[in-house]
Amino acid sequence: MDLHTLLEYAAKASYLLAAVLFILGIKRMSSPVTARRGIVQAGLGMVIATLATFAITRGHNLGLIVAGLALGVVPTWLWGRKVAMTDMPQMVALFNGMGGGSAAAIGAGELLKFTQAGEVAPPLATLVLAVVGALIGAISMTGSVIAWAKLDGRMDKRFVFAGQKLVNFAVFAAAVLAGLALVFWKLDASLVVVFFLLALAFGVLMTLPIGGADMPVVISLYNALTGLAVAFEGYAMGIEALIVAGMVVGAAGTFLTQLMAKAMNRPLSNVLFSNFGAGGAAQEIAGAQKPIDAADAASLLYLAEKVIIVPGYGMAVAQAQHKIWELSQALIKAGKDVKFAIHPVAGRMPGHMNVLLAEAGVPYDLIADMDDINPEFKTCDVAIVIGANDVVNPAAKTDKSSPIYGMPILDVVDARQVIVIKRGKGTGFAGIENALFYQDNTRMLYADGKEAANSLIAELKAIEGGGGH
Amino acid sequence: MIDGFLALYIFVLAAFTGKEIIGRVPVILHTPLMSGSNFVHGIVLVGAMIALAHAESPLAIAIGFIGVVLGAGNAAGGYVVTERMLEMFKSSKDDKK
Repeated sequence: MDLHTLLEYAAKASYLLAAVLFILGIKRMSSPVTARRGIVQAGLGMVIATLATFAITRGHNLGLIVAGLALGVVPTWLWGRKVAMTDMPQMVALFNGMGGGSAAAIGAGELLKFTQAGEVAPPLATLVLAVVGALIGAISMTGSVIAWAKLDGRMDKRFVFAGQKLVNFAVFAAAVLAGLALVFWKLDASLVVVFFLLALAFGVLMTLPIGGADMPVVISLYNALTGLAVAFEGYAMGIEALIVAGMVVGAAGTFLTQLMAKAMNRPLSNVLFSNFGAGGAAQEIAGAQKPIDAADAASLLYLAEKVIIVPGYGMAVAQAQHKIWELSQALIKAGKDVKFAIHPVAGRMPGHMNVLLAEAGVPYDLIADMDDINPEFKTCDVAIVIGANDVVNPAAKTDKSSPIYGMPILDVVDARQVIVIKRGKGTGFAGIENALFYQDNTRMLYADGKEAANSLIAELKAIEGGGGH
Repeated sequence: MIDGFLALYIFVLAAFTGKEIIGRVPVILHTPLMSGSNFVHGIVLVGAMIALAHAESPLAIAIGFIGVVLGAGNAAGGYVVTERMLEMFKSSKDDKK
């Protein structure tokens, strides 16, 4: 056995090891106790696979490979280190787009190689998967970039024009036709270019009309798509590690997408093809919102035994999570039972709110999922809603004409007293009025989240101090 | 080259694995998990490196180079943000230590 064959075997073995580490890593990430070890393990797999690849490439274009690695790793590493936790969803979208782009680039390289004179025609399966992988990768790349731009506030939330669905369908059909032509008719370089332009355009067009509220589902979908693209290109290139890792992510991502769509009561087809809130106008709400000041709110809290805090994305935007945790600690110290209730789609992605609370130091065992906490609202003295809106709107259960009808919500409505901390009287992400805010037992504390938490802490201290004298 | 049917087996078994390992994930870990799986498909970097190593024409080199940069960005960025999210998960029992 010569040295080169030996190196190739070693590399293949390393790829197998990497694939095993990836699977174990993702598995470990499914429990908070082992999650940290999981990502480190998966990271180790990546380093092993990358180093092993140097063994098979035998120094061809070595300088370029190292330069490309440096150019890809250094800026994203630095950026990823310092980006705010609230911005995580769009970072995931962006990095996912890069992966899709990389898969598309591999597909482009493979297809262009086949077009060269003197190349033997590849087996049909290889060609088909190279084309499909490239199509999916390209769509995932531009789609993810649009999703990133939307979540990062660089772009209007939705972009709609007449005949949009028809145009999107036509572009998609044209991309598929171009792909079919590449497989069955002619492997031609200019056709490859047309194919890619159509696929890239479709990724943009498909994502433009989707509203910000649906973005988590879309990012998850693109994550799954990139996985598939990587698996297909892995087959085209004959690299098993890509097939296994890509397929595992493709399947896990698809499953996760379904979970999210279910949590939002939005079938995937609705997210992708229909417009949010396009249904009938929601019912008018009778009554008025009743304000409360921080001192009264604090005395309600002082008298309460059980307090449930319902944080929403608005809390994170106001950077109030640290102060809210401070307030909770004060309440816990005063002997109150404090819990955090998290809606599955609180924040911008399922679990995003947990990350934001974890950042503030809230232990995860104080944080409860919707299904676990909902029965507890009945026995809860005060529920504090901060920066959440649509996920606590009872119209989702009662008003059939409401665009959010059918979405599972947190039953804050059942709490004896509700305090809503909110900047003003505006509507939520879905742009609809919230009946909860008009209820008899609801009081509105109009303030910035951070200030409100601050004054609540101060007022609570004043009450306790007064009681001690 | 991998035999077609063997590849199909790999595809199907990997798909089941992916669905299984994610099936019991609590909602609190969905975002880090999406981010973590996003990191794992950064393995595309390996494919891009091999493609660039085999590239001869300037066009193929350019495409391969773009592939390596993007793939490396996916892997590095995906790792950093996932690790940052996960290092924050603490139980109240940890605090008391």
